[in-house]
Amino acid sequence: MKTLVLVKQVPDTATKIRLNPGDTAIQTDGIKWVINPYDEFAIEESLRLKEKFGGEVVVVSLGPSRVEEAIRQALAMGADRAIHLLTDAELDSAGAARALARACQDEGYDLILTGKQAVDDDQAQVGSLLAVELGLPQVTVVLKLEIDPDAKHIRAERELEGASEFVELPMPAVVTAQRGMNDPRYPTLPNIMKAKKKEVKSIPVDSLGVSTDLWVRVEELTLPPERPAAKILTGDPADAARELARLLHEEAKVI
Amino acid sequence: MAQGILIVVNQEGGRVRRVAYEMLSLAQRLAPGQVTALTFGDGADATREGLARHGADQVVLLSQPAYQRYSSDGFAKAVEKVVETVDPEALFFPATAWGRDLAPRVAGLLGAGLASDCTEIYSRDDGRLGAVRPIYAGKVHARVAIDSPRQIFSLRPNIQAVTESGRAGGLVAVDPGLDASTFQAVVTEVQQSQGGQLELTEADIIVSGGRGVKAPDNFKVLGELADAMGAALGSSRPVADEGWVPHSYHIGQTGKVVSPTVYVAVGISGAIQHVAGISGSKYIVAINNDAEAPIFKAANYGVVGDLFQVVPALAEAVREIKKDA
Ligand SMILES: Cc1cc2nc3c(=O)[nH]c(=O)nc-3n(C[C@H](O)[C@H](O)[C@H](O)COP(=O)(O)OP(=O)(O)OC[C@H]3O[C@@H](n4cnc5c(N)ncnc54)[C@H](O)[C@@H]3O)c2cc1C
Ligand SMILES: Nc1ncnc2c1ncn2[C@@H]1O[C@H](COP(=O)(O)O)[C@@H](O)[C@H]1O
Repeated sequence: MKTLVLVKQVPDTATKIRLNPGDTAIQTDGIKWVINPYDEFAIEESLRLKEKFGGEVVVVSLGPSRVEEAIRQALAMGADRAIHLLTDAELDSAGAARALARACQDEGYDLILTGKQAVDDDQAQVGSLLAVELGLPQVTVVLKLEIDPDAKHIRAERELEGASEFVELPMPAVVTAQRGMNDPRYPTLPNIMKAKKKEVKSIPVDSLGVSTDLWVRVEELTLPPERPAAKILTGDPADAARELARLLHEEAKVI
Repeated sequence: MAQGILIVVNQEGGRVRRVAYEMLSLAQRLAPGQVTALTFGDGADATREGLARHGADQVVLLSQPAYQRYSSDGFAKAVEKVVETVDPEALFFPATAWGRDLAPRVAGLLGAGLASDCTEIYSRDDGRLGAVRPIYAGKVHARVAIDSPRQIFSLRPNIQAVTESGRAGGLVAVDPGLDASTFQAVVTEVQQSQGGQLELTEADIIVSGGRGVKAPDNFKVLGELADAMGAALGSSRPVADEGWVPHSYHIGQTGKVVSPTVYVAVGISGAIQHVAGISGSKYIVAINNDAEAPIFKAANYGVVGDLFQVVPALAEAVREIKKDA
């Protein structure tokens, strides 16, 4: 079974975002870059599928040259090789999906795994858009994946508000991973060494012949309005609690 | 020429989620022309009156047997057919599990740009729509424009006001003519999670506990406050990871992003990943015994004290106020 796993490099979740007035992208100097947390679940799942059914795991990642670090980390977790779609441009979800779809098509697959959402742009679109581009069915926000490679059948549990939904679909398909799907492994030192020698095929996005015109364009980024300084209550807990209840009732008018 | 807004919602047993009414109310305020509501399945007919009352000038009810069970690819094709008939300039989806699964699929089919999980949608001077969407889980707000001819937005629940405008809700008959046996990904079962607790993304008040609560059993203390306030329970990530509460309680950058009127953080330090997920709350209340805890910087109100003393006293004080009201 051949699984393609889509990996995006994003700022570490501990990053404090900095902006200059008029910016349409965040200030990136000094940022620590990591694999998108949801993509780690996708990588782990693809490795488990390989361990169970054999085959190959290929990482596909789109972004500037710094992305290679995330790619090497995915390879250190155990992926076999990688494709790096190289661009310095900021694409929107549709543009990224078109480029990624072209690369996936050229590569061939039985299954494509992505994260449910990239924690930088929070669009949660690329998996579904890729599925449409490739004419595949999708199941998103998956907590549990059961695959029968012979019957080419998938049964997946996905998360809803206050419920779980079970979806059945044929393979190949696009599956997007939610936290809870598995516990991603840490790369071991020998595997980190091995990953340095694994193949990373670099392909300029410009050479793919897909349109990267923006449909969704950022006009302005701003930091959320600051809250006024908090009213802090100290002293006797019962008094403080009563005063808090009064403030919530009379000032904020929320109870 | 394309005009108006198509609002695509799901329904269960003849009931739509509140976000459907939020979207209709918003669409009427934007006044772009006809507002059409589309829903699916058995029970769709029963939603018509409510949809009309909240702003649907017309409705498309796909209650044919093909739409009894959700299918992302099947429903996306059906929406595409409805778009051919109604020809809206914009589509709104709820940014719920359902809407976030379907909207990008429709965007792909229509070749239109989609802005996900918007907190604001507004009319621009050029006659098109613009939106504000939190990114980095709310650490930043992005103002975006969609440049494809058709514009698609998904709207975060619990932010827009619901108003009634009493529209006609005239029936538009559309038969997409799709054969359900061609649908590929099909829902075969839905399991309600036990507890029946209020959904966090739709809750008006959330009482949330962190590692300061110390043990799973102690969540009872928070439960009592939640009962008094009419709140849903949430948590920080480590507490969910430890299994003290279900995973669905986990709030923050890698969990649920919430925007209640009041968020009460109890024994939560206020790590950047947690605060990102609650920054859309109208009021944040922090209860923590460490006066230096970063959560106080994110809060509107704070009590420095032992949660095991403060929380029961607060529950009592809230009950008193409610009794008098
Ligand atoms: C990639 C990544 C993603 C993450 N995503 C998230 C996320 O989405 N959501 C999230 O929450 N975290 C997330 N985290 C974890 C985050 O960094 C913090 O570790 C976590 O939020 C801390 O949880 P906490 O506040 O419950 O615990 P702690 O930081 O241990 O805080 C406990 C607090 O309780 C207080 N306390 C103790 N006893 C009492 C008492 N008796 N009365 C009152 N107060 C008391 C203490 O003063 C302290 O402030 C993420 C981390 C990483 C690395
Ligand atoms: N530039 C990219 N390179 C590789 N995969 C990506 C890229 N952008 C998005 N993805 C994949 O699509 C998922 C959803 O991303 P998004 O739609 O941007 O929230 C991510 O978790 C990745 O698996």
